[in-house]
Amino acid sequence: MKTIITDVLIIGAGLAGERAAIASAQAGLDVTMLSLVPPRRSHSAAAQGGMQASLGNSVKGKGDNPTIHWLDTVKGSDWGADQEVARIFADSAPIAMREMAHFGVPWNRVEGGPREVYIKGKKETIVEDHEKEGLITARDFGGTAKWRTCYTADGTGHTVLYAMDNLAIQLDITIHDRMEALSLIHEDGVCVGAIVRSLRDGEIMAYMSKATAIATGGYGRLYGESTNAIINEGTGSWIALQTGSVPLGNMEAVQFHPTGIVPTDILVTEGCRGDGGLLLDVDEYRFMPDYEPDKQELASRDVVSRRMKQHILKGKGVQSPYGEHLWLDLRHLGEKHLTTKLREVYDICMYFIGVNPIKELIPVRPTQHYSMGGIRVNKDGQAYGLKGLFALGEVSCWDMHGFNRLGGNSLAETVVAGMVVGQKIANYAKSATLDADILLAEKFAKEQTDKIAHLVNNTGNENVYALRDEIAHLLKDHVHIFRTGEGLEKAVNGLEDILGRVDKVKVSTTAPGMNPELSQALRIEGMAKQAYIIAKGALLRTESRGAHTREDYPARDDKNWLNRTLATWPAGANEPEFNYEPVGQLDLPPGDRGYGGGQMIDMDLTLDEYNAKVDAEQAALGKLPTEEPIGTGLPKEAWKEESPYKDAK
Amino acid sequence: MARTLTFKIFRYNPTKDNDEPHVETFELEETPRLNIFTALHLIREKQAPDLMYDFVCRAGICGSCAMMINGRPTLACRTLTSDLDDTIELLPLPFFKLLGDLSVDTGVWFHDMAKRVESWVHTDKEFDPTAEEERMDNATANKIYESERCIECGCCVAACATAQVNPDFLGAAGLNRIGRFLFDPRDKRGDQEWFELVSTDMGVFGCIGMMACDDVCPKDLPLLEVFSYIRRKMNAGVKIAVPDLEM
Repeated sequence: MKTIITDVLIIGAGLAGERAAIASAQAGLDVTMLSLVPPRRSHSAAAQGGMQASLGNSVKGKGDNPTIHWLDTVKGSDWGADQEVARIFADSAPIAMREMAHFGVPWNRVEGGPREVYIKGKKETIVEDHEKEGLITARDFGGTAKWRTCYTADGTGHTVLYAMDNLAIQLDITIHDRMEALSLIHEDGVCVGAIVRSLRDGEIMAYMSKATAIATGGYGRLYGESTNAIINEGTGSWIALQTGSVPLGNMEAVQFHPTGIVPTDILVTEGCRGDGGLLLDVDEYRFMPDYEPDKQELASRDVVSRRMKQHILKGKGVQSPYGEHLWLDLRHLGEKHLTTKLREVYDICMYFIGVNPIKELIPVRPTQHYSMGGIRVNKDGQAYGLKGLFALGEVSCWDMHGFNRLGGNSLAETVVAGMVVGQKIANYAKSATLDADILLAEKFAKEQTDKIAHLVNNTGNENVYALRDEIAHLLKDHVHIFRTGEGLEKAVNGLEDILGRVDKVKVSTTAPGMNPELSQALRIEGMAKQAYIIAKGALLRTESRGAHTREDYPARDDKNWLNRTLATWPAGANEPEFNYEPVGQLDLPPGDRGYGGGQMIDMDLTLDEYNAKVDAEQAALGKLPTEEPIGTGLPKEAWKEESPYKDAK
Repeated sequence: MARTLTFKIFRYNPTKDNDEPHVETFELEETPRLNIFTALHLIREKQAPDLMYDFVCRAGICGSCAMMINGRPTLACRTLTSDLDDTIELLPLPFFKLLGDLSVDTGVWFHDMAKRVESWVHTDKEFDPTAEEERMDNATANKIYESERCIECGCCVAACATAQVNPDFLGAAGLNRIGRFLFDPRDKRGDQEWFELVSTDMGVFGCIGMMACDDVCPKDLPLLEVFSYIRRKMNAGVKIAVPDLEM
């Protein structure tokens, strides 16, 4: 077996993975990146709207600072976030934006003087400060007190990924593309690399490393109808789950983006609404101000998606052969805006659904978009339960998003986590030694070759694509925007049945090479198990928080559920094990988000009582020691200085 | 009435002993707004489980799925069958290394191209995390973005007559990348350095001006304008070494 030895192994070469790889390369370490696709094809490239960072250069962002960004993020998370991690993020985001400018990103810049914009449905003239001319500008996004989202037209992920990959190439970082990690190599609680299958020729190889980081993005494709790229099948979180010791956090926290287009489910950016786009119903009536008088179309995504679904259920949806939808109206923004700042959106509408947004309404509906949950890591990005393993970006549950992430915060997270966690990975790798035990690698490789042989030779008759579709249907029908105990039971039972059948998947072709059917078959167990964890976690969580909405438990319950779900799947077990840990140290006490309505059940502990138990309870569930003690990154009560926060925008 | 489409698809698996390149025919009922992405998935999942092709974003953003559709290089994901005849011929992009069937190795070629043109901002400045960002006027940022929009799909190279006979030619994508950094005031490469890079027949003077690249570019990049800019820039005030003419 071909075995490659490297200091740092990065699995996934999108923005988070590449930024972390760069940190290790700059520290003088030998780094190898693996990716299912050429790095520039990663799903990071598809992010359109931008990255939140409190630079405060635009006049509508005046007075912004990391504390206000942090406040928006914690409220957006419905208090599910780790407030310290959200703080580390908000503090680092401005530096990350400037660093990306230094690396070559052509951020849109402030142009001094007056310009016309649309705010809450009305045309207004704002006057940009001449003194800020040429600094990085920002647009409006949902759930924020300030205009804070830095952008390059509507191709932000693309330009940032290209700048990042340029730097990776400049630093001569090794990239092996078209490679899929099938399992982690580990022993005695230490991860020492991964077993990998080449998607070029099917070869099974071992990569052995001092530090291994997973940065493979989300699992959106489990839902079938998703804005995600087709490679987002939860492959990275699956290899972590397989270890039996690494928990996945908050998998039931799934984001539905308000504006997936119908049909095709391709995303059009939140920047559409940020720039003044409106949501209309079957009567072409603008309904959002009725539900959310303050934030209107720019409440957080969980709230807007819920309101849209609620409005459709009232009979106000537009019928179509592809199901009911609503309209996104961008016509008033005009041709110039739509063919420059929203050019990707314009192209997508024209090419994929034949709609010209300059003249016509765009059919949209809430569509699966983002996984807040993922591999649970401590604030240094180190996975719970397994030394030497890190995770960052969407695949991780770091956890700055809690139960709802704000638009523009995930793309920013990729580069911030890449910077922050990337440094921790480098520090770890520098002090670690590698005992490259080839026999151990061969043992793990054999598990995979046996599995492949079984998929090809068994006598079962399950078709992998049919199973994939069944999983998607169960999630779509029962684990969507509105959830009920009854529906979730159905999903769990259905998934249990599917889990009993994955073993009978039979691959019909033995053609050598990439064998796409075999690739899918190797993923299906992981997809089924993660779907099960999502559904079961949602069933167990008897409250409504952020994107997790239980019709039978409508209140956010801070008394019983101000916690994070952790699911592990012990080796050989028929079902996962669920545990709950405190969300992290609290500084902003749980309260009203200022949008979305809803009831609350208050916590019965004081903040000090809650905070006192965090470290020990998390450590008991696998949290490894951090470089700095927890809580050190969270300046206490800084938010109290932000009294004008309430009506800032 | 719904049409029955006939797909004629190039098949060849280089990892399989004794396989020969050939064309295989598949039939598929057309459904409303069917695109080549969905069509190929249906064919793979129902008829040819070993069929190889590449898609990632399926939204015209990532550049993975370029192929020859009825003789023209373009993105498969955003090609609707309703714009095509009943018979649809799919071939892999020429020029790039074939991985199997419709899948080609654009990733490695573009990685090498980025190395050859040193596709990064050349600067002596160190990043200072405590300092405000360097200012840039928005018009310049927009100009850079215009060239930065290339998605490395490879259509331009596949359509390029020069590239087919001169495999070292940087292609429209490579020249456009050079243009992107020429526009960028942060890049401190001087005229002479640029000249060394693009003045050979691998660079801008290898282009014979047929501009098929400009015709097929799915992102409508202003390739014509970029090339003429590079040519004019190269002709302006560059010291050219007198060749050694002694025979």
